[in-house]
Amino acid sequence: MRGRAVAAVLVFPGSNCDRDCARAWEAVTGQAADFVWHKETRLPDYDLLILPGGFSFGDYLRCGAIARFSPVIAEVKRLADRGHYVLGICNGFQILTEVGLLPGAMRRNRDLLFICRDVYLRVENIRTDFTCGYSTGAIISYPIAHGDGGFSIDSRGLRELQDKDRIVFRYAGPDGRVVAGGSPNGSLDEIAGIINGRGNVLGLMPHPERLAEAILGGDDGRVMFQSIFQTITGATV
Amino acid sequence: MKFRVQVAVLLKKSVLDPQGAAVERALKSHGYEGIKAVRVGKLIELEVEDESRCEVKTKVTAWADQLLANPVLETFDVIVEPQL
Amino acid sequence: MSDLDRDRIDPWREHGLTTAEYELIIQLMGRKPNYGEMALFGIMWSEHCSYKNSRAQLRKFPTTGPQVIQGPGENAGVVDVGDGWGVAFKIESHNHPSAIEPYQGAATGIGGIIRDIFAVGARPIASLDSLRFGALDNNRTRRLLNGVVAGIAGYGNCLGIPTVAGEVYFHPDYQENPLVGAMSVGLVRVDRIFKGSATGVGNVVMVVGAKTGRDGIKGASFASEELSDSDTDKRPNVQVGDPFMEKLLLEATLEILDRGLVIGLQDLGAAGLTSSAAEMAGRAGNGLYLDIDKVPLREEGLTPWEIMLSESQERMLLVVDPIRVGDIQAVFDKWDLDAAAIGEVTGDGYFTVRKGQEILARVPAGLLTDQAPVNFRSVREPAYFKEKKKADFICEHEYGDVAELFKRLLASPNLASRRWIYEQYDHMVGLNTVGRPGGDAAVLRLPGGSRKGLALTVDCNSRYVYLNPRLGGAIAVAEAARNLAAVGARPLALTNCLNFGNPENPEIYWQFVQATDGLAEAARILDIPVTGGNVSFYNEYNGRPIPPTPTIGMVGLLDEIENRLTVDFKVSGDLIFVVGKTREELGASEVHYLLTGRDEGEVPELDLALALRLNQFLVVAAGRKLLRSAHDVAEGGLAVALAESALAGGLGVDLKIELDVSPPALLFGESQSRVVISVRPDRSGELETLARSFALPLTYLGVVGGRDFRLVAGGLALVVPLAELADLHQNSLARLAAL
Repeated sequence: MRGRAVAAVLVFPGSNCDRDCARAWEAVTGQAADFVWHKETRLPDYDLLILPGGFSFGDYLRCGAIARFSPVIAEVKRLADRGHYVLGICNGFQILTEVGLLPGAMRRNRDLLFICRDVYLRVENIRTDFTCGYSTGAIISYPIAHGDGGFSIDSRGLRELQDKDRIVFRYAGPDGRVVAGGSPNGSLDEIAGIINGRGNVLGLMPHPERLAEAILGGDDGRVMFQSIFQTITGATV
Repeated sequence: MKFRVQVAVLLKKSVLDPQGAAVERALKSHGYEGIKAVRVGKLIELEVEDESRCEVKTKVTAWADQLLANPVLETFDVIVEPQL
Repeated sequence: MSDLDRDRIDPWREHGLTTAEYELIIQLMGRKPNYGEMALFGIMWSEHCSYKNSRAQLRKFPTTGPQVIQGPGENAGVVDVGDGWGVAFKIESHNHPSAIEPYQGAATGIGGIIRDIFAVGARPIASLDSLRFGALDNNRTRRLLNGVVAGIAGYGNCLGIPTVAGEVYFHPDYQENPLVGAMSVGLVRVDRIFKGSATGVGNVVMVVGAKTGRDGIKGASFASEELSDSDTDKRPNVQVGDPFMEKLLLEATLEILDRGLVIGLQDLGAAGLTSSAAEMAGRAGNGLYLDIDKVPLREEGLTPWEIMLSESQERMLLVVDPIRVGDIQAVFDKWDLDAAAIGEVTGDGYFTVRKGQEILARVPAGLLTDQAPVNFRSVREPAYFKEKKKADFICEHEYGDVAELFKRLLASPNLASRRWIYEQYDHMVGLNTVGRPGGDAAVLRLPGGSRKGLALTVDCNSRYVYLNPRLGGAIAVAEAARNLAAVGARPLALTNCLNFGNPENPEIYWQFVQATDGLAEAARILDIPVTGGNVSFYNEYNGRPIPPTPTIGMVGLLDEIENRLTVDFKVSGDLIFVVGKTREELGASEVHYLLTGRDEGEVPELDLALALRLNQFLVVAAGRKLLRSAHDVAEGGLAVALAESALAGGLGVDLKIELDVSPPALLFGESQSRVVISVRPDRSGELETLARSFALPLTYLGVVGGRDFRLVAGGLALVVPLAELADLHQNSLARLAAL
C-alpha cells in the first residue's frame, strides 16, 4: 500500500479549470497536484493525469483540435498505454476524443446555447476505478458548463460502448430516469461520460470538481476523486 | 508558386446539424418556402507557397483530415487555385 | 479626405472639438495645433476621456472610508477585505458598440473592464452585467438580447471568469440604444496594487499583447455622439474580441507583475495608445514619447494616426525599468504574445508622438489630461416631471382576476426568472461561487481558507430615476445595498455606470444633476463610498433619450460565509414575515406599467435612516443564524417576492395578510426598504425583539408549506398551484427571447 497518489493537471494556454481541478483534488485527498505545461515532453510516472476544462487553444476551429498536437500529448498516450489513469473533464474529454484515447466526438449543444447548470446523472457503471465509491444506479448531481457537449458516435461505436459497458454516466431526470432526448445537450443515448476498454481513461462532460465541497452546493463529485485515490493508494480519505 | 486554398468543412449528412436547422427555420419563417435543406459549416482559407498544385492538394488534404476537420463528424472539400 | 477638403470645413470639428475649445487650445499652446495634435485634443477632450460634462457633478460623491484603499481616478477602485487582500472592482458601459454589433460589442465590453482589473494587479474572479433593451415583443430587441448575452458568455466563459450576477430590464425607450454595462471584480494583495502611472524619467514604455490593426478607430469620440439613422458611415470598424488572446494576456501580465518587473500599467481602451499613454503621463506629471514605427502591426498601410487611435483589443501599455525589458519579452514569448518597447518617460512634460526621428505631435501632457474645459451645463426641469406624478391607478375591482394578473406579472419580461440568461454564463468556474445567480446578490468565497464571503450586486430601476431622478438615484444605491444586506453582507463600496442622454439638453442635464445628487446623498447616509465608475452620455436615438439609468455596482462583505442568507423558503411550518413598512404606493410600479403601458405616478418614498437600520438588522440577524431565508422586496412588490422565495425553495405558502393598505398596493406596491424573511417558529420571539431594537416594523404574513401559493388579504383570495407558477416564472424568458 502506498499513501500517496501522484496526480498532475495538464495546463494548455486556454485551460481555465486547471486550478479548480487541483483545488478539488487537494480538498478531497489532502494532497497537492502538480501542474504540467502543455509543452512538456517528458513526464514523471504520474498515477493520474487530469485534462481540465476550458478552451485549450481558444477552440475556434473545434474544441480540442489543436491541443491534440501539443507535445505533452505523446506523454499522455505513453502513460495511458502503461495503464496509468487519465481523467478528461469537459474540454479534457473533447481533447481525449480528438487524440483518439476515447471514441466519439462532441457536437454543438442541441439548442445552440452554452449551458451552465447542475444536472442529474445516473452512474451506469460502478465497477470502474473512477466510480467504485458510488452505489449501484446512484443518481448524482454534477454541473455542466459547455457549448459543445452533444456526444456523437457512429452506430457501431455506440453498440460497442453499450455492449462493453463503457458508458459510465448518463444524463437523467431528478428521479433517476433516463429518457430518450432527455439530455441537456442532445447527446446520443444520453451519454455524459465514457471509459476506454482497458478502464483507465475516463472522459466526461460534467464537472465533478465543481461539486466536491458542500459549500459549493453539493459534494457528489467528491466520490469520484475518493474512488480513484483509493484505487491508487489503497487508502481511504 | 502561390496558391489560394479553400477548405470547406461540413457536418456529415448523417449528423444532426442544429445550426443548419436554425437557419432553415429562419429562412422559412421569413417567407422562403422553397428551402429544402440547410447545412452550416466552416470555410477555411489558406494562402500557400509550394511547388505544385498537386503537392498543395495532397498536403492540405492530409492536414484537413488530421486537424481542420474531425472525420468522426465532418467531411471536407479542398479547392486549390493558383494565385497570380 | 484631401488637405484641401480639410481646410474647407472647420478642421477641429472633424475631431469633435468646438470652436471655443479650439481657440482655448491655441491660447494654451501659444500656437495652432497641427492635424495630429488636433486629433489628440479631440480624443482627450471628448466626454468619454475627459468627463468634461460630468466632472463637476462627480465631485459630490463620498469617496473615502477606512475600507477604501484606492478611490476614483485609477484603473479600478480597491477596498480592503482583510487578511491582506483587497477587492478591485469597476463597472463600465459599452452601449454604442453593442447597438451596432451586439455580440462583439458586449464581448469587447467585458474584455475591456477585465483588463482594467488586472491592470491594478488583481486576478479577476467574477463579472456582472447590467443590460437594458427595448420591448421584447420586437425582433430587433430579441436579436440584440441574444447577441449581447452570447457575447458576454462567449468572452467570459472562454476566459474562465464566472459571470455571477446581473440585471436586465426591457423598456421601449432603449429600443435603438441598448445599454450594456459590465462589471469586473478581482482580488489583489494590498501591498501589490499597481497604478496606471508613468513614473521615473528614462523608464521604457512598452505595448504588449495583440498586434495593432484598424479596429474601432475613433471609438471614444463615437461614444460621445448620439446615434442616428443618417450617420451610418460615421460608424467605426467594430472591434472584435479574442478571449483566448485575453486569457494569454491576463496570465502573462499577472506573471510579470508577480515577478516585480513592472512600474506602471494600463489597459488600452477607447482611443488606444493616445489616451492610455497621455493618461499615464498625466497621472505621473511626466512627459512621454512614443515612436509609432515600433508598434507591432497586424496589417500594412496604417497611417500614424490610425496607429495612435486604433482600438485593437487585448493590449496593455507598460512602464518598466530599462533593465527589465528583456525579462518581460521572455515572459510574453512564452505566451506567444508581442511585447515591444515603443517609447520612454521624459522629464520635459510633453506628450510627443514620433515616427522615427520625425516629430508628429508635441503637446504638454497636462493640457490633454487636466485642462479639458469643465462644462457647467444649464439645467431645466422637464415638464413631464410634475405631470407624470399624477396617475389614475387602476382600482381593485378593475384588476379582474387577480390570479391571472399575478401570473402575468411573474411571466413578464421584467420579472420573469433570468435563468435563460445566467445559464448561458459559466457562473461556477473558479470554485468560488457559493451564492449563485438568482438570489439577491452573488456570494463568493475568499482565498486562503478565509471564513469571509464577498457579496456582489448590480442594480438600477430607471423608471424611478426617470420619474424622480433625485429619489430614483438614491433608491438605486439603497436597493443595491439592500441586495447585499439580504444575503447578510455589509456594503463596502460602490461603482457606478451613469447612462444618460445628451448633456447639452438642459432637461437631460437636469436629470443627471438630480440623479447624482440623490446617489451622493444615499451613499453618504448609508456610508458607502464611491470608488470609481464611468459616465456614458449621448444615449439617444434620433433625438429620443433613454430613460436615465445610473446603474450601481456594489461589493459587500460577510464575516462568516456560512451565515449567508438565501432567498428560498426551506422548511414547512416556518413563519413568514415582512420587515419594513408597506404604504399605499402604486406609483412607478411594474404592475401599473404592465396594465397601462405608462411610466407615471409618485416614486415610492425612501427613508434612508430606516434603510440603514434594515441593512444593519439583516447583518446582525444573519450573524445570529436567526433567519431561515431573506429576500429583498423589489419590482412587483410583496406578492412577487413571496412567490420567488416559494419557487426557489419548491415549497408553497399559506398567507393571511393584514395590512392597512388597499389589496393592490399590498400585493404589488413597491414600497422601499422591505425584506421578506422566514424563521423557525421557536425563534419568532427573538426576531420580534431584534426588529424592535432596530425600530423596524415587522408584520406576520403566514407559514411555509403545501403545494400552492395561497394568499388571503382583505376580501381577496389568491390560490395558484406552485407548479404552474414555476413554469411561468422559470421558462418565460426563454420563450420570449426565442428568435
